[in-house]
Amino acid sequence: MKISFDKLDKAFESRVRLQIMSVLAANDRYDFNSLKELLDITDGNLASHLKALEKEEYITVHKSFLGRKPNTNYEATLKGKTAFKEHLNTLEQLIKQQKTK
Amino acid sequence: MEEKEIHDELTAIRGLMERSSKFISLSGLSGILAGVYALIGAGIAFKLISDFHSFTETLYNKLVPNEQITTSPVFLSVHSDYTNLTKQLFIIALIVLILSITTAFILSRRQAKRKGQALWGKISQSLLFHMATPLITGGLLVLIFVSRGYYGIIAPCSLIFYGLSLVSAGNFTFNMVKYLGLFEILLGLIAACFPGYGLLFWAFGFGVLHIIYGSMMYLKYDR
Repeated sequence: MKISFDKLDKAFESRVRLQIMSVLAANDRYDFNSLKELLDITDGNLASHLKALEKEEYITVHKSFLGRKPNTNYEATLKGKTAFKEHLNTLEQLIKQQKTK
Repeated sequence: MEEKEIHDELTAIRGLMERSSKFISLSGLSGILAGVYALIGAGIAFKLISDFHSFTETLYNKLVPNEQITTSPVFLSVHSDYTNLTKQLFIIALIVLILSITTAFILSRRQAKRKGQALWGKISQSLLFHMATPLITGGLLVLIFVSRGYYGIIAPCSLIFYGLSLVSAGNFTFNMVKYLGLFEILLGLIAACFPGYGLLFWAFGFGVLHIIYGSMMYLKYDR
């Protein structure tokens, strides 16, 4: 079967979004600040990518307070995890395909 | 996308998944050093204990026959020396503990800087919490039993609870830590079957096992 690049999930075209999904696939929940520190990007940049993933329904947001500070946690949905797994599978198959060429 | 690019992408993802869920800044070197401290501590403890035994033996030989033992001056001097010995052993254990923790902290900080991981973050906090729960429970239990005079419990109990804390901490760091924990638990159970050899088991568990584990970690991850 020929696999083309079209099969790759458009939502993961941005590197940051793929990174966010990798973190959320490995952890139950992750909070905004830890995510920011880990990926080493700005607030605005991270927030816009999170919003995009939320719009795709790949992640859900949990808002709470730690004392007076707002604490926002993110969790990958089943849909998001499946999409992430498929994206990785496609990447792997692309490698195999290029090797057999 | 080129093949190499995809490869890099997959490697980056794998690295990120590990870095986000596991504390990978533990240093093997701190394991080796902790083992060395423990062995030195056990050596000094052994010397103190054997000195004490030969000292009491000579004293008991001087006991006047038929004298009431508990009121004899010889007994009283031995007794006060015994409390002294316990105190000294306790201080040695405390110094070994403090040295090991300080070394682990300093080397992890260096390693964290090198690996780009926060030393004080979400993961290190869960690691510490899951490690501290069995460790503090065990430590307090040992102190309670010691205060009631059950000295024989120190070696097996500290080995077992230390092992439990490593197994639970292993969920947040290298898997190897879990195996070290299982060995410590096993050793603690064996030590419980052989009273009187506590110091030997203690030296093996905290000294030799740490050095073996530390060297394996060092060769595998430190460089």
